[in-house]
Amino acid sequence: MCRLFAALLVGLFAPLVLANTEELKLQNANVDLSNRASLQHGAKLFINYCVSCHSASFMRYNRIAADLGIPEDKMKQNLMFTTDKIGETMTVVMRPEDAQSWFGIAPPDLSVVARSRGPDWLYSFLQGFYADEKRPTGVNNLYFPSTAMPHVLWELQGVKRPVYHTVTDDMGKEVQAIAHLEDGVPGRLSEAEFKMAVRDLVNFLVYLGEPAKLVRYKIGVAVLLFLSLLWVVMYLLKREYWKDVH
Amino acid sequence: MNALVRNLTALRDWVDERFPLIQWWDDHLGKYYAPKNFNIWYYFGVLSIVVFAIQIVTGIWLVMNYKPDATMAFASVEYIMRDVDWGWLIRYLHSSGASAFFIVIYLHMFRALLYGSYKKPRELLWILGMLLYLSLMAEAFMGYLLPWGQMSFWGAQVIISLFGAIPVIGDGLSTLIRGDYVVSDITLNRFFSLHVIALPLALVGLVFLHIIALHEVGSNNPDGVEIKKHKDANGKPLDGIPFHPYYTVKDSAGIVVFLMLFSVVVFFAPEMGGYFLEANNFIPADSMKTPEHIAPVWYFTPFYSILRANTVNFLWLDAKVWGVTFMGLGVMVLFLLPWLDRSPVKSIRYRGWLYKIALMIFVISFVILGILGVLPVNDARTAVAQVCTVLYFLFFLLMPIYTKLDKTRPVPDRVTM
Repeated sequence: MCRLFAALLVGLFAPLVLANTEELKLQNANVDLSNRASLQHGAKLFINYCVSCHSASFMRYNRIAADLGIPEDKMKQNLMFTTDKIGETMTVVMRPEDAQSWFGIAPPDLSVVARSRGPDWLYSFLQGFYADEKRPTGVNNLYFPSTAMPHVLWELQGVKRPVYHTVTDDMGKEVQAIAHLEDGVPGRLSEAEFKMAVRDLVNFLVYLGEPAKLVRYKIGVAVLLFLSLLWVVMYLLKREYWKDVH
Repeated sequence: MNALVRNLTALRDWVDERFPLIQWWDDHLGKYYAPKNFNIWYYFGVLSIVVFAIQIVTGIWLVMNYKPDATMAFASVEYIMRDVDWGWLIRYLHSSGASAFFIVIYLHMFRALLYGSYKKPRELLWILGMLLYLSLMAEAFMGYLLPWGQMSFWGAQVIISLFGAIPVIGDGLSTLIRGDYVVSDITLNRFFSLHVIALPLALVGLVFLHIIALHEVGSNNPDGVEIKKHKDANGKPLDGIPFHPYYTVKDSAGIVVFLMLFSVVVFFAPEMGGYFLEANNFIPADSMKTPEHIAPVWYFTPFYSILRANTVNFLWLDAKVWGVTFMGLGVMVLFLLPWLDRSPVKSIRYRGWLYKIALMIFVISFVILGILGVLPVNDARTAVAQVCTVLYFLFFLLMPIYTKLDKTRPVPDRVTM
C-alpha cells in the first residue's frame, strides 16, 4: 500500500521533473519598471529593431512619450518612423502578404507579448540565437527551435556558435545535443552590455504589455491605506453598537 | 435642519401611503431578527451580494467600450486596458470579481454543509441557492469567451463539444448552442447577449427569491437552533437581534476586510499567477492553432476532473458520455442534499464523528479534483482523480446511512455565544 502511494506521488509530479531536465531553464529577466532610463533605452531599441516587422497596434506613440517622460518633439524626430501623427498606434509598413512570403508567417503583434510569453522567456529567447546553416535565416534559437525570426540584434550581440556534446535520450540512443553556445563573430557590445540592452528591451516590453502597471501599485497602496482606516472606523462602530448584545 | 427633517418625513409618509415602504424596511432590515451568534462563516452571503454589485457596475462600464465582434473583441479589451480612463481598473475589478464570486459562493455553500442550513425548513432556500450557483456557472462560462483570447476560444470549444457526447441529440445540441459548426462570431454574439442581459436578469431574480425565502423561514446559525422557538412577550425571538443596525454595522466591517483582500489581487496580482487571467488568453483567438494544454478556469476544475476521470467504455456507451453524465450528476446531486441528510441535528457542533470525517474527506477530494483539473493528465493523476471522484459521490450516496448511524450530541435549547 505504502509503495503504491509512493509510486502515485512520483507519478503525480513526474512531468515536472522531466520538464526540468529536458527543457532549458529560462534566464531571470529581473526587470525593473521604476527604472525610467532603462525603459527609454528599451523603447529606442524596440523602435529601431522590432517595429519594422512587428506591430504594437494597441499602443499609441504619445502614451509612450507621456509615460516615459520623452518630449513629444524628440519622440517625433527620433522614435517615429511609420507615421508623423503622435496619437497613432504603432503599426508596421510591411504588408502581411509580404511577411507571409518572406518569413512563412506574419510576425505577431507585440503589444501584449510580455503577458503571454512572460519576461523571462523573452529575455532568454533574445539571447538564444546561434548560427545554423540549415535554417533559411542562417540562425536558430535555443528557446524557440526553428523560429522564423532572423537574429535581428546580431550587430549588437554578434553571432554565437553551438558546442555539441553526446547525450543518451529516453530510448537509450546516443544523440548530439547543444551543450552551450560559444562566441563566434563578435558584436558591437560586450556580453554584459548586451545582457543589459536585452534587459532594457524586455523591460519596455513588460511596460508595453500593461502600461497601467506604472501606476497600479501606487494606487493600490493608497487604496489599502484608505481601507485600513475605514476598517478601524467600522470596527469601532460595530463594537459600540454591539455593547448590549450578550 | 428641522425643516429638512420635517420635509423628508413628510415625503416618507407620502410614499408610505402609496407603497409598503416602512413595511418592507421592517420586514427585511429594521425588524428582521437574526440570531445573535453568527460567526465568520456568516459573512459570505452578504459578500456575494457585494461581489455581484461590483460585477454589475463594472460590467455596465465595460459594455460601454467592449465590441462583441470576433474581429474587434480582443483589440477592444486592450483598448479598455490602455485608452479608456481607468479602464484597466474596471476590467481588473470585473475579471478578479469573477473569481472572487466563486470563492465567496463556495465558502457560503460550505457554511451550509457545516451548520446544516439546507435542512428543514430551509430546503427551498437551498434549491434557490443551487439555481443561483448554476446560473453563476453559466454566466462565468459565457463571460470567459468575451475577451476572445486563445483560452476563451478553446475553453468554449471544449466545453460546448461535451454536449456532443450526449447520444442522438448531442451533435445537434452543440450546434444549437454555438449557432455554428465551430465557435465563431455568432457564438460570441449570443454569449455576449446572454452574459449581459439574460443571465444577470435571472441572477437578480433568483437573489431576490433567495432572500425572500430566507426571511420567511429565518436564518440558521452555528448552533442549528431555531430562534423562533423562544420569543419574548412582544413576539421577538429572545436570541435574535434586528438585522439593522446590528448586522449592517458588523457586515460593513467584514465587507471592508473583504475589499482589502480583493484590492490586493486587483492592484498587485490581477493575473493571480495565471489562475485568474491565463497567459494564453493574451494571444488572440486562432481557430487554426490549438494550445498544447487547455484547462478551464479554476472554479470549474473539480467538475472537469470528474469528467476526465471517466476513462472506461461501459454498457455500449463511450467513456466521454459517462464523463459528461458524472460531471452533470456531480453538480445536480447537491440539489438532493436536504433529503439525503437524515441527521436529527443541523450543526456540525452536535453531530458525531461519522459526519465530521465524511465532510473532511469530501472537502479534501473536492480540492484535489480542483488541483488535478488545471494539470495535464497522466496515468497517476487519472488514478487519483478516479479515487477522489468515487469519494465525492460516496459522500452523497452514503449520506442517508452515516447521518442516521451517527451519534449526535444533545442540542442546547438556546444559542451559545
